[in-house]
Amino acid sequence: MLTVLLILIPLVAGLVTFGLKGSGPKALGLVASLASLAVTVAALFQFRTAPDALQLTANWIPQLGAQFSVGLDGMGLMLCLLTAISFLLIFIVIYNREYERANSFYGLMLLSQAGLVGVFTAYDALLFYVFWELALIPVYFLCSLWGGEKRIPVTFKFFVYTFAGSLLMLVGLIYIYLQTPEHSFSYASFVSGAVAPQDQSWLFWLFFVAFAIKMPIFPFHTWQPDTYEQSPTPVTMVLSGIMVKMGLFGVIRWLLPVLPKGAYMWSDVAIVLSIIGIIYASCIAIVQSDIKRLIAYSSIAHIGLMSAAIFTNNEQSLQGLMVQMFNHGINIIGLWIIVEIIQNRLKIKNLNEMGGIAQYAPGIAIFLVTISLANIALPLTNGFIGEFLMLSGLFQYNVWFMAVAGLGIILGAVYTLNMIQKVIFGQSNQLTETTTDLKGNELVVLIIIVGIILVLGFYPKPMLELVSSTTELVNKVY
Amino acid sequence: MNALISTALSGVVMMFAGLFIGNKQRIKFVAIVVLLISFAANLAELSTIGAGERTLYGMITISHFSILFNAIALGSTLIYFLLSGSAFEKVGEHVSDYFALIFFILSGITLVSTFSSLLILFLAIEIMSIPQYILAGADKKTPKSTEASLKYFLMGSFSTGILLMGIALIYGATGTFNVAELGLGAGKVNTLALCGIILMAFALSFKVSAAPFHFWTPDVYDGSPTVFTSFMATVVKAGGFIAFIRVFHGAFVGERLTADWQLLLAIITAATLIIGNFTAVFQQSVKRMLAYSSIAQAGFMLLAVISMNTFATQGIILYAAAYSVATIGIFAVMIKLKDYTFDGFNGLARTQPVLAITTTIFVCSLAGIPLTAGFFAKYFVLAAAVQQGNLLWLVITAVICAAISAYYYFRVIIAMYFKQGEAETAEISGSFKLMLIITAAIVILLGIFPGLLLQFI
Repeated sequence: MLTVLLILIPLVAGLVTFGLKGSGPKALGLVASLASLAVTVAALFQFRTAPDALQLTANWIPQLGAQFSVGLDGMGLMLCLLTAISFLLIFIVIYNREYERANSFYGLMLLSQAGLVGVFTAYDALLFYVFWELALIPVYFLCSLWGGEKRIPVTFKFFVYTFAGSLLMLVGLIYIYLQTPEHSFSYASFVSGAVAPQDQSWLFWLFFVAFAIKMPIFPFHTWQPDTYEQSPTPVTMVLSGIMVKMGLFGVIRWLLPVLPKGAYMWSDVAIVLSIIGIIYASCIAIVQSDIKRLIAYSSIAHIGLMSAAIFTNNEQSLQGLMVQMFNHGINIIGLWIIVEIIQNRLKIKNLNEMGGIAQYAPGIAIFLVTISLANIALPLTNGFIGEFLMLSGLFQYNVWFMAVAGLGIILGAVYTLNMIQKVIFGQSNQLTETTTDLKGNELVVLIIIVGIILVLGFYPKPMLELVSSTTELVNKVY
Repeated sequence: MNALISTALSGVVMMFAGLFIGNKQRIKFVAIVVLLISFAANLAELSTIGAGERTLYGMITISHFSILFNAIALGSTLIYFLLSGSAFEKVGEHVSDYFALIFFILSGITLVSTFSSLLILFLAIEIMSIPQYILAGADKKTPKSTEASLKYFLMGSFSTGILLMGIALIYGATGTFNVAELGLGAGKVNTLALCGIILMAFALSFKVSAAPFHFWTPDVYDGSPTVFTSFMATVVKAGGFIAFIRVFHGAFVGERLTADWQLLLAIITAATLIIGNFTAVFQQSVKRMLAYSSIAQAGFMLLAVISMNTFATQGIILYAAAYSVATIGIFAVMIKLKDYTFDGFNGLARTQPVLAITTTIFVCSLAGIPLTAGFFAKYFVLAAAVQQGNLLWLVITAVICAAISAYYYFRVIIAMYFKQGEAETAEISGSFKLMLIITAAIVILLGIFPGLLLQFI
């Protein structure tokens, strides 16, 4: 029941928001995201006592063997928690920004939340596909309506790219569906191992391309920097904090257990592509002068390490990956919030035109440094434990892979520290002298984020325990 | 049988209605009433056939499938009348005659869904086609309309000739017209019959505008009065597919035989998908884009014709409904616009939000986005082709083409929502908006619960 509520709250609130005027949309957005967070926390407690109560199955299309089947496991809960926290933080931080046609903006944001939660909770392949597409449509409209100058061609590219990937996945889903003995879309029959090994080899690519486009992995990443740059920043937060996790989630939930032999066959290729992505994106990030593009490329690099970790067939790196999915979401949203704040004050994106902000806005400087350090996985921040586990898993898989991927950490430090230096230190100019420091709601959000960073940095155990059930399950079938 | 009689009679009633009723709104009202009667008469037949089928004089067979398809065709026509019926009077003086011709086309369609003899198939196709030639040329003041009519007539009669030749060859090989008694599948493939089948495949490909027999489509659809294009591209085309699927799945089945025509049709399908989708990308006029999109969608429906399984029959029904309703909706909106190019849609979201949101739903349905009827339509035909087994190359082609189709369909959305402009529209009445919303609701309802239609098969 709680699971359905998690989907219904943003869905209904989103639809209602379209009809509201004035400051109604803002208020409802905030209330709905608070309610979502409360339900997620309730679900967390239920997961400890009676996890089966979070599963729900109802008839949907009996002719097809498709059911409305939703549920939450450790990983799903963790991602729902990330979604709920992120949307709440985003809504708080943009509370005193004015958007044109605010009702549509908040409505679409809430609908995308419903789509995302749907993806993370679906236990029926067709339902998963439906939510997978539904999460995309509101984001497409958000970017195209409220984005930068080049928004229309850029988001169009983004849409066609991901749509093509999803359709390939649809063919794969249909094929597996026809292989299942009772012609059913349920998760249980998908993982029952009905697919012949020789089919798994090519089916792997139908799924992998769809997920790789979403993550994105080299060479399917070309939509990503443009889209991140052109989107309005709250949407960029959703895209980079949560939507990329859809790709990783898809691999863990729907690729590894369903096509274990296919994944095993192609794991080297997938890891090599991921590692190329790490190095390539890091190098481009170093030479970026646009702050939004820099963070976009840094995101590709981080995702690269995560996707490499998936295919190592190692429990440790899977565990690290799960934790990192959550932490990366928090950190990257934190970075985008700072970017949004700087952009709101200065109206520029070029790093070379910034400088010396630390003197005039020490608050921004402190938070930027803390979150950046978490992003490059300094020990005692939340990023450390995940990256450490992933690299150690990669080391056991192949030491050379780990050595090259490890370079990414060094390169990450280069561009991140470079960015910090250019933004907050150095010579101030006329523009940056006008920077005002953090205000009420911005401060609250950033304190929450840094709080999460430090708590999970010191004590990651609850998070590891939450996802351990999923990790064990995946490892058993894979 | 009921549907055939009632639609033919309705046509006659409409012809006479023109004599006695001067008010054009009232003529439309009469047309809707007789259409509703035909719809009810069609459903009433359900009780007479029980669980099985009923064959009349070896000529027509009434089954659940035929009644369901007739219901879809008549239901789509009802939506079409309600949305676009008022636009008839802008075409010319003889409003009641146009309604009469449409009823005659419908009686052809009810024959197409019930024929059990190749002779009736031929008659059905002719009854469907001839009124269309007249409707295409209904706007006598514009040369383009006359050109469309002439072109359609010449090409159409040529293809009918080929169809007849094909039927004659099959008759020569088997000695019967009856679909059930042809028995072509047994034993060795008869060369004479195979030639007949190929000729019939070509003729029917022409009727459903499959490549490389599609060249008439853009010109005819573009030249004809827009209201009638809307009908020709939807209900009539669906009728063509029912003819296709019934004759090929019903009569030309056999271990060797099926494989022979399957390959031929697979090539036609691939060509249709590629040509339809790629050409649609380059169109500047929405009307021409929809003409090419109808070719592209025909490619998807052909996937169902090739695949011999239950998914195919379910798919063709769902596809016919989803495609017809969505396309009728878009055409209804387009008729209200002054400018049929993509630029003509610029800024529609601000001037007419209801029109814009419903058009978005229709366009999403055509592109196959989930939660619209078009998604499950595409899903079923793809599933049918995947289950067929050896057609995976065609499935991948179709999927890539579907991604391309999102490009040109979403151009409409981009124009409406993201571009600046003042889309000029004719006056929009409240009832038109309400009807659009109901149509969009049907699209979404079928997109969430396709079982609503499928349970009747």
